[in-house]
Amino acid sequence: MAASTSRLLDSRNALGFAFMVPAGVLLLVFLSYPLGLGTWLGFTDAKIGRPGAWIGLENFEYLWGDSVTRLALFNTIFYTVVASIIKFGLGLWLALLLNKNLPFKSIVRAIVLLPFIVPTALSALAFWWIYDAQFSVISWALTRMGLIHQYIDFLGDPWNARFSTIAANVWRGVPFVAITLLAGLQTISPSYYEAASLDGATPWQQFRYVTLPLLTPIIAVVMTFSVLFTFTDFQLIYVLTRGGPLNATHLMATLSFQRAIPGGSLGEGAAIATAMVPFLLAAILVSYFGLQRRAWQQGGADK
Amino acid sequence: MSRAHAAAADGQAVDTQGMNYLTSLPRRVVTVWVPLTVFLIVLLFPFYWMAMTAFKPDGELLSRAANPFWIHSPTLAHVKHLLFDTSYPSWLWNTLLVSVVATFVSIVCSVLAAYAIERLRFRGSRYVGMAIFLAYLVPPSILFIPLAKMVTELHLFDTRLALILTYPTFLIPFCTWLLMGYFKSIPVELEECALIDGASRLQILMRIVLPLAVPGLISAGIFAFTLSWNEFIYALTFISSSEVKTVPVGVVTELVEGDIYHWGPLMAGALFGSLPVAILYSFFVEYYVSGLTGAVKE
Repeated sequence: MAASTSRLLDSRNALGFAFMVPAGVLLLVFLSYPLGLGTWLGFTDAKIGRPGAWIGLENFEYLWGDSVTRLALFNTIFYTVVASIIKFGLGLWLALLLNKNLPFKSIVRAIVLLPFIVPTALSALAFWWIYDAQFSVISWALTRMGLIHQYIDFLGDPWNARFSTIAANVWRGVPFVAITLLAGLQTISPSYYEAASLDGATPWQQFRYVTLPLLTPIIAVVMTFSVLFTFTDFQLIYVLTRGGPLNATHLMATLSFQRAIPGGSLGEGAAIATAMVPFLLAAILVSYFGLQRRAWQQGGADK
Repeated sequence: MSRAHAAAADGQAVDTQGMNYLTSLPRRVVTVWVPLTVFLIVLLFPFYWMAMTAFKPDGELLSRAANPFWIHSPTLAHVKHLLFDTSYPSWLWNTLLVSVVATFVSIVCSVLAAYAIERLRFRGSRYVGMAIFLAYLVPPSILFIPLAKMVTELHLFDTRLALILTYPTFLIPFCTWLLMGYFKSIPVELEECALIDGASRLQILMRIVLPLAVPGLISAGIFAFTLSWNEFIYALTFISSSEVKTVPVGVVTELVEGDIYHWGPLMAGALFGSLPVAILYSFFVEYYVSGLTGAVKE
């Protein structure tokens, strides 16, 4: 079979192609094609059960003037920026805590990751109940402590709802950031810290000038993923508020769903989804290359 | 007053410099254990709350007087309602079926693809590898509308097959990427020896590479299973009949009825929908973590 080199290479290419067929076909049919179809739908007036006609930029022109879409864009950016910053801060803190030599380390780590592995829709239901306007356990506890006299309307007031959904998103996202950053922390050789402390560096200086630069490449990757997941979030908002009150928590993804599936305007929904792509690319470029460049400037390896 | 303050500050300064080892224990409690405990309590509270609500009678649930953190007279009424008056058992079955089949299909495709990209090194394999990674970054929330149209046109709307065919779109890129890393760590020499002994590529894959990549296969399998179990937007869009729904979608769309929320059955549904993945995860934590961190580090 492998008599000559050229035949071996031939068979490599042929076999490589054969091995790629199952994955390739599934991805081309159910990922690449719908990606193109979705973009095309954004330029049509397709409705459910009716193939649309090409209408050029009409959807986008309409959406640009639509106050709900503008609000959804603002909400999405606000949600992504605030939630990502908090997730990064708390995640890094938790990773540093877990990196101390703790007893029961593996059990603690297993517990930490739990919010990330259970279905988001179901944990969001628990938050819905925790945020209930009449029977919220948070309000109950705060009233008993005498801090508030009236139950908080977590999801009924626009700004309360925004921050409540962000809190639930942070709850789910912190474990991912913490565990992946912990893996990064564990690759940093202890000898750097020994050298730094011999030179008289304080714990803060050790963190600032040893930990942070060495961790930057992995922070870049983790935060890129985190931003990506947050920007395209759907389940949490759908379960907690369905975009309400007064569209105050509608994200691009939930608005696109609402217009396309219950609303029936596939074209308009697809246009909203397509409009997410440039923002998504920008977010990825900023968080990835922004942090990556800093690593490079500080003399980090180019991985 | 100010002198006392200054003295205290002085004392502290001396402590942190000279007698570090004496203050380190209480200090460790404040800087490590207190925040860590707060983190753990907050991260676990929603699960505790699901469990409390699931077994609490309605009277206690809707009373502001009783201490909500404990159950005074536990009840199985909510669980009974869930099992006998709703389609919950069939949602569980659907989720299990779809997750197992989608995971199996994705692992088979990913093993072949990862082996081809990483080891056969066919012409253009680098670009295919990059394309796979980019495919992983495509979020389901921009694919569900065109996919809904396709699913309807293929007459797959409202079937489990629609989910089995679409879930691999996010499972294959992830699993392939993960397995490529594992395959990379297997020495090429082993394969070369087998090639010289006349083994075919398929035999090498089955008898040498796969047995060595078992940890990677477990990681990919666990990950794929939990991702399919947790999937929401495709199942919400492509399924409309109650009997075909998955647990997350069924609980969210069918148990929430009218203005009065039945918190007991809802939380019982959330609890029993979370338990299978939580239990599976608890057996394979190490594999799961290595999959998660491996995929990010690559």
